[in-house]
Amino acid sequence: MWRDTLAVAGKDLRIEVRSRVLLNQVVPFALLVLVLFAFALGPQRAPMAQAAAGLFWVALLFAAVLGVQHSSALESGEGTRDGLRMSGLDPAGIFLGKTAALCVQLVVLEVLLALGVVLLYGVHVRSAGLLVTACVAGTAGLAAVGTLYGMLASGLRVRETLLPFLLLPVVAPVLLAGTRAWQAALGTGAGGGADPWVELLVVFASVYLALGVVIYGPLLEAS
Amino acid sequence: MSRGTTLAMRALGVGAVISVTATVWLGLWVTPPDETQHDLVRLVYVHPPVAWVALYLAFGIAALSSALWLWPRTRSRFFDRLAVSAMEVGTVFTVLTLVTGSIWGRPTWGVWWAWDARLTSTALLLVLQLGYLALRRVPGDPDSRARRSSVTALVAAVDVPIVHFSVQWWRTLHQGATVLNRNLSPTIHGSMAWTLLLGFVAFTLVFAWLLLARYRVQVLSETVEGAELQGALRERWVEGEGLDGAGELLADEGFVRAPL
Repeated sequence: MWRDTLAVAGKDLRIEVRSRVLLNQVVPFALLVLVLFAFALGPQRAPMAQAAAGLFWVALLFAAVLGVQHSSALESGEGTRDGLRMSGLDPAGIFLGKTAALCVQLVVLEVLLALGVVLLYGVHVRSAGLLVTACVAGTAGLAAVGTLYGMLASGLRVRETLLPFLLLPVVAPVLLAGTRAWQAALGTGAGGGADPWVELLVVFASVYLALGVVIYGPLLEAS
Repeated sequence: MSRGTTLAMRALGVGAVISVTATVWLGLWVTPPDETQHDLVRLVYVHPPVAWVALYLAFGIAALSSALWLWPRTRSRFFDRLAVSAMEVGTVFTVLTLVTGSIWGRPTWGVWWAWDARLTSTALLLVLQLGYLALRRVPGDPDSRARRSSVTALVAAVDVPIVHFSVQWWRTLHQGATVLNRNLSPTIHGSMAWTLLLGFVAFTLVFAWLLLARYRVQVLSETVEGAELQGALRERWVEGEGLDGAGELLADEGFVRAPL
């Protein structure tokens, strides 16, 4: 299974490196969302700094939806799914591979987005380690659910409108916990430790990685 | 539909009507008003029962049936139909939960909505259920549709406890005791307790009756879908036969049939 994981992850990442869709389209979109938030929250830095943690995660979620759609579109071409089914790859490996590739792409996005937040909203980072931990844990969960729903919606004509509607409610806890953890790291929160939130992110990621590994096989078999 | 099922439905329907009527009578007239909440407390005979049905009963049945459908050994049309019926009726109950909660909240808290833990989790649950229903509407062959729906139901079901805990922490880790105290006084007793229990029974019966009815509708609609497909196929076949003799004529007239 792990060999298949590496093979699929490598494939997805190689496609990204060659086509640069994430870099050219999704990252600018996420940064654009940050700018739009600035328009919405007014020129004063205080409200933006206060809301920065939440805005980061919201922008990340929107960009992640695009990333998921792109990742699942890779498998929607003519006969691609049949090829995937007949390739003999372990479905769990395919799931983990695609999740890993999406995770890597999202982490790259997060680094740039975090830079944007720090620069544009003027926040001071107290604990970078906490930021990184929260991001990685949250992204793993995001990528897992995204890959699962991406495969689910991939054959449908309405997938552009349906996928966000399906995906975003499920990952709402990631938004909640990630924002709290970031608030603790930026010092803008109402107090209380960040540990329970990071734990929640880890639990979320573990649960959905496990679920995905089990369910991806039956899902792939559907026409 | 078999005689036994019709009888069961009728019995359930009668039982539901009787118990709801009894709950209304007891709740509105017989039981006393609360010390602090006065007559507002009467919503307790409706709101918690409806919430229990929506959040635990309906969603639980939908999730369980979805899991049973996904597992190859227990896969059967029955579970797919049960899942969609439970989810759809459950959505109605979730809306009812939010509406009755709002109605209770407006005079009690002064606002139609508050971001307290339970309301927020229920609202998110509603969105999850609407997502399931939206996915269900997407046309496709029954097997793929069942597969997609059951995965969605399972993903949502796994999410429900996570949402519940995260929202509860969200509301309590940063704030002390909540100002919005909708909890009943712990010394609920006497006629109020019995009426509350009756309320639970009544709404569970209503749910069961609606579930059976919705299940029957699902069976019928699947039959209609199959019949429509057969009809369209037959039309195509007839058309194909006709084209052999008068193909050019049909083509010239631009004879177009309804698509499959």
